[in-house]
Amino acid sequence: MYKIVRKEVLNAQVKLLEIEAPFVARKAEPGQFIILRAYDEGERIPLTIADYDREKGTVTIIFQEVGASTRLLGSLNVGDSLADFCGPLGVASHFEGVKKAAIIGGGLGTAIAYPQAKKLHSMGVDVDVITGFRNKDLIILEKEMAAVSNRLIVTTDDGSNGTKGFVSDILKKLIDEGNTYDVVVAIGPPIMMKVVSDVTRPYGIKTIVSLNPIMIDGTGMCGGCRVTVGGKIKFACVDGPDFDGHQVDFNELIRRLSIYKDHERAAQERHQCRLEGKINA
Amino acid sequence: MPNMSLKKVPIPEQDPQVRNKNFDEVALGYTEEMAIEEAKRCLNCKHKPCIAGCPVNVQIPEFISLIAEGKFAEAYETIIQTNSLPAVCGRVCPQETQCEQRCVRGIKGEPVAIGRLERFAADWAMKHLEKTYEKTPRNGKKVAVIGSGPSGLSCAGDLIKMGYDVTIFEAFHTAGGVLVYGIPEFRLPKALVQKEIDGLLAQGVEIRTNMVIGKTFTIDELFQEGYSAVFIGSGAGLPNFMNIPGENLNGVYSANEFLTRINLMKAYKNDADTPIKRGKTVAVVGGGNVAMDAARSAIRLGADKVYIVYRRSEKELPARLEEIHHAKEEGIIFKFLTNPIRILGDENGWVTGLECVEMELGEPDASGRRRPVVKEGSQHILEVDTVIISIGTSPNPLIRGTTPDLETNQWGCIVADEQTGQTSKEGVFAGGDAVTGAATVILAMGAGKAAAKAIDEYIKSKG
Ligand SMILES: Cc1cc2nc3c(=O)[nH]c(=O)nc-3n(C[C@H](O)[C@H](O)[C@H](O)COP(=O)(O)OP(=O)(O)OC[C@H]3O[C@@H](n4cnc5c(N)ncnc54)[C@H](O)[C@@H]3O)c2cc1C
Ligand SMILES: Cc1cc2nc3c(=O)[nH]c(=O)nc-3n(C[C@H](O)[C@H](O)[C@H](O)COP(=O)(O)OP(=O)(O)OC[C@H]3O[C@@H](n4cnc5c(N)ncnc54)[C@H](O)[C@@H]3O)c2cc1C
Ligand code: SF4
Ligand code: SF4
Ligand code: FES
Repeated sequence: MYKIVRKEVLNAQVKLLEIEAPFVARKAEPGQFIILRAYDEGERIPLTIADYDREKGTVTIIFQEVGASTRLLGSLNVGDSLADFCGPLGVASHFEGVKKAAIIGGGLGTAIAYPQAKKLHSMGVDVDVITGFRNKDLIILEKEMAAVSNRLIVTTDDGSNGTKGFVSDILKKLIDEGNTYDVVVAIGPPIMMKVVSDVTRPYGIKTIVSLNPIMIDGTGMCGGCRVTVGGKIKFACVDGPDFDGHQVDFNELIRRLSIYKDHERAAQERHQCRLEGKINA
Repeated sequence: MPNMSLKKVPIPEQDPQVRNKNFDEVALGYTEEMAIEEAKRCLNCKHKPCIAGCPVNVQIPEFISLIAEGKFAEAYETIIQTNSLPAVCGRVCPQETQCEQRCVRGIKGEPVAIGRLERFAADWAMKHLEKTYEKTPRNGKKVAVIGSGPSGLSCAGDLIKMGYDVTIFEAFHTAGGVLVYGIPEFRLPKALVQKEIDGLLAQGVEIRTNMVIGKTFTIDELFQEGYSAVFIGSGAGLPNFMNIPGENLNGVYSANEFLTRINLMKAYKNDADTPIKRGKTVAVVGGGNVAMDAARSAIRLGADKVYIVYRRSEKELPARLEEIHHAKEEGIIFKFLTNPIRILGDENGWVTGLECVEMELGEPDASGRRRPVVKEGSQHILEVDTVIISIGTSPNPLIRGTTPDLETNQWGCIVADEQTGQTSKEGVFAGGDAVTGAATVILAMGAGKAAAKAIDEYIKSKG
């Protein structure tokens, strides 16, 4: 089970895998995630459900190779199988009554935001999508996002694709030009979600962010994923991962994400040989 | 001639200063000679008071007499008539408040070492007996068991023997519940739990991992899949926090997170993928088995100083006596009547200390118990870089949140009949920590067995 049926390389660091997981596909909704282990003894890796096909019984994930475990995952190919694939976890996003929405994707967050844009678009909502990348080589899902939005603005930090600027600035401009949004969905690095939440706060626009703290079980058992929202402790795996961006303590989230920095560097070096052994084989 | 020694035959153990640096089992177990000698301390009492202290009614004097006669295989057979996990229970049951508490030898001197003898018989059988399983004819009915902790395993074990097709749905990637992710290797070797699970598989139980009930399937969907009854043994895994300032600083763990990283993800091995921060000075808040396990794991990971911070006195410590004793031997420092009020951190958000106050027993309250009150001016700081919170757990909300017709109480525990495990929902039974809140392995097993019987009756009554 959990066989890889499709693999795409979206940019140098970002890959897409479509995986056979009929029980997950059956129930998956936008906003939810899975936890996988590539092989026995491997780390449990939480990843957002980027897409699903209930008939084929497959789930698509899009991930960035940031460390040892995600790099190993990226080295797998069609026909390989994953040891574990557990989900769907977390609470699905709710968009009742929304007529116009802005979806903001920062870098890889674009992949996480894609299923939400797709869902809103299919509900007949007027969707503006703003995605931002460091440079034009990192742009992902442009075609896909265009297909599920009324307007797509792709920006780069260095302007190498033509449109220069931060997604938060573009959003502010759109709002100031008179666009009224019932909801803004912002997904990306915590600092970007924080800035977008700061932009929308004075306008009182409901802002949903998707948090990615360090997780182990994903079922509310370890408390490692705890975040402070509205002054209260929440477990992102069971209470989220979507939360009200105006209530989230982003500074704490950013700090907690750095806990294993040193360990990861060591793991990366250790894995290098395992990984290369695999690729050469 | 009974052995009239007032003391139990001591059990060989790893030296405390050696074992506090490794994760190998602490107690090494009786030899055949030691077991026979200890078994001879049993008086074979006519009224068998010890049995009444055992939640699953192990036939204690019978199996002990058989050990005394050197009939180890028969002793083992006697135990497993009522207890399917003797190797586990012999090691982790709080015997001093159960079977051994009632032993007449305990009136003057130490009680018979019932737990150690049970462990001996189980270990002996594992080494010497080839296990064969008679396959009972299948009756064509399916039962779903949620969770693979002791309650789920024992329920599944009984149902498969009755002829049901049993599927265990487990959220984690490995079966065993707290026995694998919570209780550390040095107290309960994982290979031993795996053997018990392999036994169930050999009898035809199907275990499906990565299945989170409430997410992957709801209970109603299990019935649609053709299961005639459901047993919920999902435990009480949701960790409580203290709600004091600083609890989200880097270096603060729930005991569950700390122990899961170590036990399930093997973070104690240097090349494990899943990391754990190895604290140099560690404070564990709480006084139960979980707290002892976290503290003793921390010292094994190389901490210089490990404190147990407990707000009541030593007398009230809920942990097993043996664990408290072992923890002290291994160098854990106990801070009794001490209550944390704040966790301090540096400018980067890492823990630097635990601020505490001392408590003293005040005036008796209405119930006559002396309540701990804060001692004035007792504020002080324990300098630590890691804080592990171990103040209890409650059932997670995944199942109750998706099963509206399942009655739960104010703590989120499932309401179930004590004798049968029957819940408010037809065909759904529950037991173990999911019903009682965090309790013991043996109680969870007992509940799983009782539910298996009730499930059999329920399915038969439906024809
Ligand atoms: C709900 C959720 C959804 C996510 N969705 C996606 C997604 O769709 N695509 C994607 O590329 N990434 C996603 N992530 C992040 C992804 O899980 C991490 O990038 C991955 O676990 C890193 O593993 P690694 O061993 O390769 O990197 P490491 O070298 O171990 O870590 C690199 C960084 O990743 C983060 N990280 C490490 N372990 C975890 C963990 N167990 N849980 C969360 N973060 C961790 C830390 O910030 C760390 O500094 C998601 C995370 C969460 C919690
Ligand atoms: C560290 C520690 C030390 C302990 N020491 C002792 C001791 O020395 N002696 C003693 O008697 N007791 C001890 N206990 C308590 C004892 O382990 C528990 O009382 C016992 O394990 C409860 O068994 P259970 O079957 O009810 O649940 P658990 O063992 O908790 O098993 C529940 C299982 O259900 C799974 N699950 C949860 N939700 C879902 C879901 N929605 N879908 C599918 N699966 C799900 C979990 O992953 C888990 O595997 C200790 C507990 C801990 C944590
Ligand atoms: S199962 Fe536990 S309580 Fe019962 S006899 Fe064995 S050790 Fe004692
Ligand atoms: S009470 Fe003690 S001495 Fe008597 S039968 Fe039980 S174990 Fe033996
Ligand atoms: S990941 Fe463990 S509680 Fe959320």
